Amino acid sequence: MENYPQVLLENCKPDRITTLEEYEQSGGYQGLKAAISQHGEGGIQQMIEDANLLGRGGAAFPAGLKLKSVADDAPFPRYIVCNADEMEPGTFKDRVLIHANPHMIIEGIIIAGFSVKAQKGIIFIRPEYESGARIFEREVKAAEAAGYLGKNILGSNYALEIVVHRSGGRYICGEVTAQLNALMGKRPNPVQPPPYPTEKGLWGLPTVLSNVETFACMPHIIRRGPDWFKGLAKTETGAGTKIFCVSGKVKRPGCYELPIGVRLSEIIEDYAGGMLDGSEYKACLPGGASTGFLPKEHFDIEMDFESLKKVGNRLGTGAIMVFDHKTCLVGATLNLTEFFARESCGWCTPCREGLPFIRDLLLRLENGEGREDFIPLLEEMGRHLWSAYCAFAPGAVAPLQSLLTHFGEEVEEHISQKKCPFKQ
Amino acid sequence: MLPNKLKESLEKQIAHADHPREMVVDVMLALQDHYGYLNDEAVETVAALLEMSPLEVEEVATFYTFTYRESVGKYVIHVCDSVICWMDGYESIRDYLCRKLDIAVGATSADGLFTLLPVCCIGYCDQSPAMLINRKVYGHLSPEKIDSILEKLKVET
Ligand SMILES: Cc1cc2nc3c(=O)[nH]c(=O)nc-3n(C[C@H](O)[C@H](O)[C@H](O)COP(=O)(O)O)c2cc1C
Ligand code: SF4
Ligand code: FES
Repeated sequence: MENYPQVLLENCKPDRITTLEEYEQSGGYQGLKAAISQHGEGGIQQMIEDANLLGRGGAAFPAGLKLKSVADDAPFPRYIVCNADEMEPGTFKDRVLIHANPHMIIEGIIIAGFSVKAQKGIIFIRPEYESGARIFEREVKAAEAAGYLGKNILGSNYALEIVVHRSGGRYICGEVTAQLNALMGKRPNPVQPPPYPTEKGLWGLPTVLSNVETFACMPHIIRRGPDWFKGLAKTETGAGTKIFCVSGKVKRPGCYELPIGVRLSEIIEDYAGGMLDGSEYKACLPGGASTGFLPKEHFDIEMDFESLKKVGNRLGTGAIMVFDHKTCLVGATLNLTEFFARESCGWCTPCREGLPFIRDLLLRLENGEGREDFIPLLEEMGRHLWSAYCAFAPGAVAPLQSLLTHFGEEVEEHISQKKCPFKQ
Repeated sequence: MLPNKLKESLEKQIAHADHPREMVVDVMLALQDHYGYLNDEAVETVAALLEMSPLEVEEVATFYTFTYRESVGKYVIHVCDSVICWMDGYESIRDYLCRKLDIAVGATSADGLFTLLPVCCIGYCDQSPAMLINRKVYGHLSPEKIDSILEKLKVET
């Protein structure tokens, strides 16, 4: 097992956070100091772009480009939002990071906020993470007391306030535009851009929203440089490390910080301890519930945004959910579809009507009542969902579409045997 | 009627916000704690406090998992039924809770203490099967563990 550099989870304690003092001793808030005294707004944005930092919230959007898209003459106040909603099944990396090192995230928010002259920062957090919300509230105060937040940050004339906003709990609130509606006390339906949030976001004002892990990378990029960050990855196309959170049929489920581009087999066999006794690897969802089943032939794939795109899949959030040879993938897809059907915001018809319909067909297949004509019907429904209003729906059918592409035989067996072949 | 102390503390928080309505979830949850659930009076009160119409509050109240427009027990148990917990046998955990509390999913026990609801992945898949009770997380569930959790809550009541 290789000892890869630990950047985000360095100092990670099993049962408590890294305190402000401990974080400072390991170089914490040095990035912010350099950002303010040395690099300036444009310099920071350029460094983050040069580092090739891609958003860790699932969509892999270039973080530097996002910061740059706030126009110089854009109105004030401007907002910086940290997305700690993390409601995608299988994903718990942000939770672990918040409990490991909240100040790394806070420092990232301040650096990004400074680079776009934001006056107000908001951490949007799911209600299940109440302990995380309390940690943030306490540590934001500690950062204020140390002069990293509030008025005249580190002696400059930059001022930023950060507040914690608790959600009432719905998966769609993780989507940027729905989250902005939630923050404004409206029903959290998504809104199709343009205008983009960086132009007109919260209360019609420029808003930069990124994921917890994306912010956590920023202090390191400023402190140690874009080239160092790119060099952390194992692949040419990748940059940085990634917190992979592994769950399912492995011996040691949990979060592992590894270079982008590390092989899937290495993550599962070395870090997650291999498959459970009596379990054989069948497939995984490589990046959360809205990615597709990755068949066994790709067990050795390099876990990079590019390599997964090449095989028609996505790295998503890096949440690896592992399925064994005894698990029915029709049943798993049924469960995932139930999740998406329940969490659909109901705004548009293809998603609101389509997902329950797909769920019904899958349920009948799983119960041995499936017919051959269900398969083209499921394919067609999968295509329809791509014309729904927001990115929720294409994600929702990713498991279904990959099931039909890679595990057609398993579906067929449900039809020919008139029962689920995995049930005794 | 809202006790003055609660009203004043909410008004203070609201005054601190840039726009009153951004507080809607916090205020709904606070009133829900007070009334036991978000009844019609609570919805009206939230609206008045935040300068919203009751309909606007209703739009939000009916959207979220943790705002209850119907009465619930003192403890709301949310059992995770997403895919990792499904693989690890959430169904038997759910059925055990149903038998133990003698209720169906969605119902409240006769003593008014427990309501059982399903919930999507709560972000503790490394400790599956998992559940929440009044938003506190319990992982690695087994019948024995559930027995001791429920006993403890009953004693505390
Ligand atoms: C249905 C849906 C749910 C999402 N949930 C989350 C989430 O919980 N956390 C998150 O960071 N991004 C989530 N996203 C992605 C966000 O829309 C957005 O791309 C991301 O937060 C931006 O941050 P990043 O650029 O740092 O990745 C979700 C997207 C969709 C379509
Ligand atoms: S695709 Fe689904 S989640 Fe997105 S707007 Fe339509 S109904 Fe809502
Ligand atoms: S699937 Fe149950 S906690 Fe994630």
